[in-house]
Amino acid sequence: MLEEKKSYSHIFLNGIFNDNPIFRLALSMCPAVGISTNMMNGLLMGIAVLFVQFCSSLTISLIKNYIHPRIRIPTYTLTIATWVTVTDLVLAAFFPVAYKALGIFVRLIVVFCFITMRLDVFARKNPVFPSLIDAVGMGLGFMVGMIAIGGVRELMGMGTLLGYDILGFRPLLFFVLPASGFFVVGFMMAIFNYTEIVYNRRKRARSITS
Amino acid sequence: MIRSRLIPWVILLIVTIGCTACNTEHRFVKRTEFKGKNTIVISFAGPIDESWIKKTQAIRINEQQDPDILLKIDRVELSEDRTTLIIFLKDALNQTNVHQVTLNDIMSEGKSQGTAVVSVKKLYWGNLLTILIGAMFVQNYVFVKYLGLCIFLGVTKKRSTAIGMGISFTIVIIFSTTISWFLYQFILKPFQIEFLQIIVFIGLVALTVQAVDTILRKVNPILFKEFGVYLVLIISSCLILAVPLIMAAQDYDYFESLMLSSGAGLGFFVALFLMSCVRERLDLAPIPESYQGMPIAFIVSGLFALSFMGFSGMSLF
Repeated sequence: MLEEKKSYSHIFLNGIFNDNPIFRLALSMCPAVGISTNMMNGLLMGIAVLFVQFCSSLTISLIKNYIHPRIRIPTYTLTIATWVTVTDLVLAAFFPVAYKALGIFVRLIVVFCFITMRLDVFARKNPVFPSLIDAVGMGLGFMVGMIAIGGVRELMGMGTLLGYDILGFRPLLFFVLPASGFFVVGFMMAIFNYTEIVYNRRKRARSITS
Repeated sequence: MIRSRLIPWVILLIVTIGCTACNTEHRFVKRTEFKGKNTIVISFAGPIDESWIKKTQAIRINEQQDPDILLKIDRVELSEDRTTLIIFLKDALNQTNVHQVTLNDIMSEGKSQGTAVVSVKKLYWGNLLTILIGAMFVQNYVFVKYLGLCIFLGVTKKRSTAIGMGISFTIVIIFSTTISWFLYQFILKPFQIEFLQIIVFIGLVALTVQAVDTILRKVNPILFKEFGVYLVLIISSCLILAVPLIMAAQDYDYFESLMLSSGAGLGFFVALFLMSCVRERLDLAPIPESYQGMPIAFIVSGLFALSFMGFSGMSLF
């Protein structure tokens, strides 16, 4: 059980801000670099990951008392693999265009480290309802990261968002090239770091003057 | 003692290598090959009739990927002994793709030999080498396909760890892809349960890593001390699952999948080595505070990705 009782909103926001899988933990960068050429891909990938995380957290927190600690990691992997298969088949049947755009990355949700990590860190030790809130927060955190990267790339590269024309011209075509995913992620991380550094410096200065 | 334990493994390896995928060619068609830029040569077991060739619907050629698009045939020639058929096409062939030739109702000496659907491939060894080089450089899994980035960014801080990871990764990926190929071809495909491939492959990868761990611990403790740490990390890499999935999607035969997996492993090794060399130097470089750590690593790999784009579209054979 948790040492201190945390409120639900705290658990929920933890996944989006403090433990954001993409910007803070830097886990599962492959989809963030590979298929974030537009916002729609980011949104779809986020929804798929949210679904898988939600269902696996539910399953694991329901059966947590029956899992032997020594075989817990294989159990998590097989649970996630089952739900990924479900997602894969549903996407292939009902959204063939999106499925083609996402490509092999839908199947690779199995090996996204942060899903297994959440199961091990949270769902294994907590009741069903908090685990679900944690799962939704974590999935939304991933989705926000994917949408942010996809949005920046689409806006800078094509001048559109979700297919709607926003700017009316194409600022930098470079951003839709596959290789630019690395640059966009690097620049966005640097911006996050910069704001954090400035914030800390201001805080320190304020504490000295007061 | 160790040698006697190794013998069964060696025999298993020889059996594994000796076993190739069976050919599904028609019994009357002996050999098919590309010749020149736009010619396909087909050899038959017996002489065929000239009247059959003149029929309009006798021969259809298409690429295996899109069966709806028929390629236009310019003219057809028969050799003196009537056993070799030379088909000239109007446009140049894309020889990297497998082509499918449908021979409707072959007539030989007045008798029908049935309809044959045969595939035309490039020279086998050339094909293997293309897959190997393709997986290593042209379609490098890290810099062109963006897979396995977690490990790539995690272990490239020092050159020695990068080399250790590269070697253990190559070994594990070759083993796991081999076992996946057998399971896919002989269990999943015959029973038509291909939709289970994600579960089966990820289970296999975990098993392989565990097996390599156990064997290495017993057989060579020194090597285990060096590489054992990386083995656990390997399971969480996208790349280790992506290679069997690609192998299954492309329906490769055994040697092709062997080449694919070793190419992927070596390509990953190359990527890790290059990146670790650069990152050791970055430690000494004056980098702005906000770029230190992850951001600069991403930008460096972006530059690598740009340079690897130069390989795209290259084909050797």
